[in-house]
This record gives sequence, C-alpha cells and structure tokens, in this order.
Amino acid sequence: MTGPPAFELSGVVAGPVERPILHDVSVDLPASGVTAVAGPSGSGKSSLLRLLNRLDDPISGEIRWQGLDVRRWEPTDLRRQIGMVFQRPPIFPGTVRDNLRVASPTLDDERAEAALAQVQLAPASLGADATTLSGGEAQRMCLARALLTQPTVVLADEPTASLDNAATRSIEELARVLADEGVAVIWVTHDTDQLRRIADHVLVLVEGRVASFGHLPEMDVHDDPLVRQIVGAP
Amino acid sequence: MTPRLDAVAATAGSVDIGLAGLAASGILVGVAVGVSLWRHLGLERSLLWAALRALVQLLLVGWALHLVVDPDDSLWWSALWLVVMLGFAGWTTARRAPEVPAILPLSLVSYASAGLVTLGVLFGFGVYPLEGRTIVPLAGMVVGNSLAATVLVSRRLLAEATDQRGVIEGRLALGLSAAAAFQPHLRESLRTALVPQIETTKAVGIVVLPGAMVGLILGGADPSEAVKVQLSVMYLVLGSVATTTAVISLGISRKLFTPGQQLRRLES
Repeated sequence: MTGPPAFELSGVVAGPVERPILHDVSVDLPASGVTAVAGPSGSGKSSLLRLLNRLDDPISGEIRWQGLDVRRWEPTDLRRQIGMVFQRPPIFPGTVRDNLRVASPTLDDERAEAALAQVQLAPASLGADATTLSGGEAQRMCLARALLTQPTVVLADEPTASLDNAATRSIEELARVLADEGVAVIWVTHDTDQLRRIADHVLVLVEGRVASFGHLPEMDVHDDPLVRQIVGAP
Repeated sequence: MTPRLDAVAATAGSVDIGLAGLAASGILVGVAVGVSLWRHLGLERSLLWAALRALVQLLLVGWALHLVVDPDDSLWWSALWLVVMLGFAGWTTARRAPEVPAILPLSLVSYASAGLVTLGVLFGFGVYPLEGRTIVPLAGMVVGNSLAATVLVSRRLLAEATDQRGVIEGRLALGLSAAAAFQPHLRESLRTALVPQIETTKAVGIVVLPGAMVGLILGGADPSEAVKVQLSVMYLVLGSVATTTAVISLGISRKLFTPGQQLRRLES
C-alpha cells in the first residue's frame, strides 16, 4: 500500500454487545484502488462497511478516517466524503431527478444528466419514476446519487448481488473507472470470480476476524487454505 | 360569565330526565342485548358490563365535578383534576404504545403543550371564562380527543423507522442529518394522524351532530348558540390534535436517532 490509508482500524469489536460480529479487527484500508472485502456469510463484511460510514459505532476499538477518529467528525460531513452503495438500492419516492436532488438539492438538469452519463444511464431517465427502474438501473442511479457528494471513497455492499451478468459487469467497470479517477472503492463480495476481476487489494474476514489482507497474488499463495479458497486461488 | 355563555345559559331550559328517565333509557341497552341474543353474538355480558361501567364512572365523575364547577370553589381543585387527567392520559398512551421509546414523558409533554396552546387561546381571548366548570371539560376535550391520534402517530413513527430502515439509512449515508433523513416519514405519520380529525370536522353538521351540541340543545339551549359553542370545541379539538401529534412526533423522532445521527435498532 502506498500513501496514507483511508481508514485505520485498531482493535475494533462491533455488533450486538451480547454477540459481537467483529472481533479485534485491526487493519489499514488503502485510499486508492479497489479493495475487495471477502469472507463466508456472517463473517462481518457488511458490518465492517456500516462502521466505515458510521451508520453503526463499534463496541470498542477505534476507526480513524484521514487520521481522525470517525466519532470526532461531524457525521454529515463524514458521510458526504464516504459514499455508500447498498445491496438493495434504497429508492426514494419520486423521479430519478428527485432522487439525485436528495444528495444535491440545488442540482440542475445539466449536472444531473452528466451524473447519469457517468453511470451510463440515459438523460431521458431523469424524469422517470425511480420505482420503475430495473435492478441494474436502480443500482446505477444510486451510484450516481452517491457520487454527487464527490466522495473520496465509495463503499459498495454486494452491489451486484441481485443483478444479471450484464448489469454486474457494467457496475464493475464503473468501479474500475472510479478507482482510476482516484476514488477508492471498498467492495464487499462473496463472489470469487468477481473478486478476481475487480480487486487490487483483498481483505479476508473469517468469523469476524481478519484472516488476511494484501494484494491478490499474495493471497493466492497464502498458508491458510481457507484464505486461498475464499479468493479463488488457482 | 362571558356574553356567549350567558346567552347559552339564558336560553337553556331545565330538562331533567330524572331517575325514571334514566331507567327508561336503559331499555335501549336491553335492545342491544336482545340483538346480541337474537343473532347469537355472545356480547350480552360485554354490553351489560359496558353500560354498568359507564353508569358508575359517569356518576362518580358527576359527583366529583361538583368539586370544580361551583364558582365558589378554589381553582386549585381544577388544577388537581387536570394533573390527574394528564397523568392518566400519559399512562393510557404508554400502555397502548409501550414499544415507543420514552413514550410516557413524551406524551405528558405533548398533552401539556396542547393544553397550554389551545386553552391559552380560548381563555386568553376571553372566549370562555376561567372557571372550574370551563377549565375541566375543555381540558378533557383536549386530552380525550388527542389520545387516539397520539397513540396512532407514535406507533406509525416506530413502524416507519423499522420498515423503512433501508431508505432512512440511504439518506443518512448521503450525508443528510437525522432530522432531514426522517422528515418524509414524519410528515406521512403526521398526515395519517391528522386526516381523520380533518374528515370528522368536515362531516360535522352533515353526517353527525356532535355530542356537545346535542347536549346543549337537549338541555334547552338555542340551537344557534349551541352551534357557536360546538364550533369553538371543534376548533379546540383540531388544534389539540395538531399540537399533540406535532410535539410527540418531534420528541419520538429525536429518540429514534443516536447523537451520532444513527438510526437506533428498536423492536416494533
């Protein structure tokens, strides 16, 4: 990893107090490229992402964003710097334009169309009822909406889990474009093929603990066979 | 006494149905029981129990009202009555919506706020004289009519926070404040609670003749004077429901989020 990390996690324990999901997680997440977060179901991947956006707080431990504890940031400022795309795209009532304006209330149509073009949605969809969009279109609209706050990191929680192959590839390509433009992407996936297509770095979580973190070639020769299996080592 | 109440009182006759009249009206309870028996509804015991409860409760209230309606009695009796009424309303609300966080203190504050606003207007502008016989019934209208709407809006808010969690967190994740993220749900819940009262107000005189007006007319008051009193009561109820639901909604909305603007996890 080159340059300062986006997030520094140290001793993070999170989840319900009586049954934590993440245990003593310490890792630095890079401020560039695509970092895939992989692991079996229930290993705490989504919980980790929610902590980074501060939708939840850890029970103990510390998460620093740009060197400062996330609890010391104004939550609204922090979240505008850290975009988030959910597995189920949350659609707000109204048109696509209305949805985009939730992120940017003064958005004019010219900028809105540019935002849609960035995610390969037609300008004509601006006036469409957002609830009528297909799964892939809805996810792309949500990505466009998240990008309107000009985040430096985008958190993606299995964003293609319910999409077909074409829509999945389209979202993956967008993530790559964003990473090339300097926006770090942290992408939760349980799909090993996808992981191998998109990841610059891989964080493997097993039972809420960091099993490994590094570049994909390092994971392919990892000592732990479970890590090799999770990353789909050849 | 204000001119309006003077006018109502002056036109009021002395209709006294007496114990015999009361007993005769009880025949109508017998009619209801008869219908239940005829159609095998199994509601006879409930009907009789309800009628008996109403009789005992109202007789007790009638006796207790003597403490406050006499102009020579201290207004402190009325104040005490209001405190008991407020406490009971808070307890009832908390019992009906126990899953809502901090429902007891929030409902007490809401009812008290509505009372201050609405009774403040009515007494402040001299619509009614500040006497026990006006304070207690009007406060009763405030609390009694706001209770259902308060329970409704409280439950609705909690359901929105639970069912629409993904959408609310979607807005939070875009950098909206907790208040802004929850605003559409707050608005919808308030509308749900207020619309029935608005519809009731619209239907007055066409579909229903309200109780207070019927009571005044049966008591011998001039119908046009009874209408004016009834209208002021209707507006009082409308203002009370709006104030109570607005105050409790804001209170509950704040309780739904942490200081870090995170949506709390609650059992609905």
